[in-house]
Amino acid sequence: MDLILVNLIDGLVTGLLLFMLSAGLTLIFSMMGVLNFAHASFYMLGAYFAFQISLYIGFWMGLLIAPLVVGVLGAGVERYGLRRVHQYGHVPELIFTFGLALLIEEVVQFIWGKNQMPYATPEILQFTAFSIAGNSIPAYKIFMIFISIAIFIGLLYVLTRTRVGMIIQAALTYPKTVEALGHNVPLIFMGVFGVGTALAGVAGVIAGPVLGTFPGMAFVLGSIVFVTIVIGGLGSLWGALVASLLIGWITTFSKAYNLRMEDLLTWAGFTKPEPIWDSAWRDLWSITSPQIADILPYILMVLILIFRPYGLFGKRDA
Amino acid sequence: MTDQFTSDPTKAAQRMRAGSMVIPLMPWGIAAVLLMVLPFIFTANSAITIMNQMAITIIFALAYNMLLGQGGMLSFGHAVYAGVGGFACVHIMNMDDFFAGIPLPVLPIFGGLMGMGLATIVGSFSTRKAGTVFAMISLGVGELIAACSVIIVAFFGGEEGISGDRTYGMPFFGVEFLQQIEVYYLITAWLLISAALMYLYSRTPLGRMANAVRDNPERAEFLGFSARWVRFFSFVASGFFAGVAGALFAVNYEILTEENLNTTQSGLILLATFLGGVGFFFGPILGAIVFTLVQTVLSLQTELWGFYLGIVFVVTVMFFPGGLAGLIMMHVPAMRLGKLGRLGIPYLKTLGAGAVGCLGGAALIEMTFHLRHASAGDHSMTLYWITFDSHTMLPWIVAIAVTLIGFGVARATAPALAEAWNDANTPDGTPR
Repeated sequence: MDLILVNLIDGLVTGLLLFMLSAGLTLIFSMMGVLNFAHASFYMLGAYFAFQISLYIGFWMGLLIAPLVVGVLGAGVERYGLRRVHQYGHVPELIFTFGLALLIEEVVQFIWGKNQMPYATPEILQFTAFSIAGNSIPAYKIFMIFISIAIFIGLLYVLTRTRVGMIIQAALTYPKTVEALGHNVPLIFMGVFGVGTALAGVAGVIAGPVLGTFPGMAFVLGSIVFVTIVIGGLGSLWGALVASLLIGWITTFSKAYNLRMEDLLTWAGFTKPEPIWDSAWRDLWSITSPQIADILPYILMVLILIFRPYGLFGKRDA
Repeated sequence: MTDQFTSDPTKAAQRMRAGSMVIPLMPWGIAAVLLMVLPFIFTANSAITIMNQMAITIIFALAYNMLLGQGGMLSFGHAVYAGVGGFACVHIMNMDDFFAGIPLPVLPIFGGLMGMGLATIVGSFSTRKAGTVFAMISLGVGELIAACSVIIVAFFGGEEGISGDRTYGMPFFGVEFLQQIEVYYLITAWLLISAALMYLYSRTPLGRMANAVRDNPERAEFLGFSARWVRFFSFVASGFFAGVAGALFAVNYEILTEENLNTTQSGLILLATFLGGVGFFFGPILGAIVFTLVQTVLSLQTELWGFYLGIVFVVTVMFFPGGLAGLIMMHVPAMRLGKLGRLGIPYLKTLGAGAVGCLGGAALIEMTFHLRHASAGDHSMTLYWITFDSHTMLPWIVAIAVTLIGFGVARATAPALAEAWNDANTPDGTPR
């Protein structure tokens, strides 16, 4: 029971982190109809910028400044890159963001090298918040949870309760009408793109110290983020939340509990072929759940796409 | 301006319409002869290795372009089909009795069938939609299979991959494929066959429908064609040729690892195809040749080749969405007007200066990189065959000056180039 609680917290941390990335991505998608392949790269930039800033003026200023810088960069990419490519259609847009992801990884390697950066959690958070049956929960994890939830609530508030949020929502659905009412829709798009990438930047800042700040960090998380929003339904904020938490918990639990395929197959009534190392099914029998934890999201995605192509919360024609 | 392309029976395009088979067959004949004699020009073993790699990449890029260029489907996981085809072929090589009964040149068919089989399964649900949804599914499936390769050791061989020996096959007219040059001719034969088949495919009604579905799926549906089935058939055909490319990889290198089917590989083929240009059949061929050269030659020269490639790619997407082939084909109207020669001098001025500027910029990048990442105390670096101290001012001043002058001259001469361009594309005697 205690272990379940610990895993629930771990899964929540992973899930909320994923959500911070997928929220921005799904927002950008519903706005421009383009998936930003470079989204995870902005997450990586957030971590690197924050590391560089933290060298001079500490972690907290990094948390404040790095996302802003990333957001401005993101807005610049939208203004001078995507808007230009937009005229060629959606597929070139996707290819553009793909190229951008490659380029950002190369630039990061160019500036900071290929090694992991010694980016650490701030000292003030280096203590054990509480422990459950001998498993200590570091304060930083609690901090991550609070930051993510605060951002989610803030985002939800801005989008649904404020005038700016109303205009954004309207611009998502009826850009022409909103433009006719005198709002600067391209500016709104640029702003949303900037905010989305800034969110990814925040995720990078707080994930950098725990997951490691290295040039491959965008690649590691990038495709999982896409899987998340496909499972949640393209363009749905709630879907992104549910799918993120789902993926966070699924991977954490399958890593924590060593379920073996052998037991499962025996339970289902199959007999183990002897000798096992000579059988064509040897890999199936030797699979364990920690081994496949990282590909479970992909399997889930394929299943979702086959049985519910528009995702958990997506609209039918999305 | 309206009579810019009036018909002229002496021009190639009109003769083609008249039904002559000489013109359309000519590029193929030239290609065949060229492929035959190339190993006599570049005799070094390393050159043949590069050409083998090139030919394999060409087949793969053409197969990829069946989706991207002709079908409008952007796949982020196409290496999977090539990889699985290759893995299947290595397994066949390891089946002693069976492999002894078939000659090696037949092996790629099995690889193709394997790639096609997998494409049939995946395509059954992934081709429902084009565009973003298709791209995402292809990415997910690609990641899934790449991740499986570490788990399903029996087929993929885990981390170290699987290897075989091509020489155990039935001798093909006495040839046992012991030497690299024999493999070269095997690969080029397959290159010609598959390129011709893919070209012919693009001329069939199905290939034409793929174009229609790419441009306007709704309209194609109104005409009574199922956009989904058209996409599905393109996908399956593309899977076949990707499998052939994978099989040739297996024949050439005799080893396949997880690297052959991961997303990086899929990304590289997208890069090669797009750089070459997706709008024309020969685009991916150009792209594969240039890309392989960059990958093999430039990567020996500089650590930063990925950085340059990234810049070139992003610039291509932003400013030249037609790729290399698009740039070349832009000159066709001027050529038809017989005024291509007038572009020579302005091109030399602007592009020459631009190239000098780029080289200067690259020098600056290399020097910055050296300054930041070279081991402490290592001050000397060699660039463009000149060795100097990267911590002194002089090289920096020179590099900055060269860059500024190069780009400055390019910028100053650009209006003249634009003028010449307009002139070359306007028939004489047209009032402007």
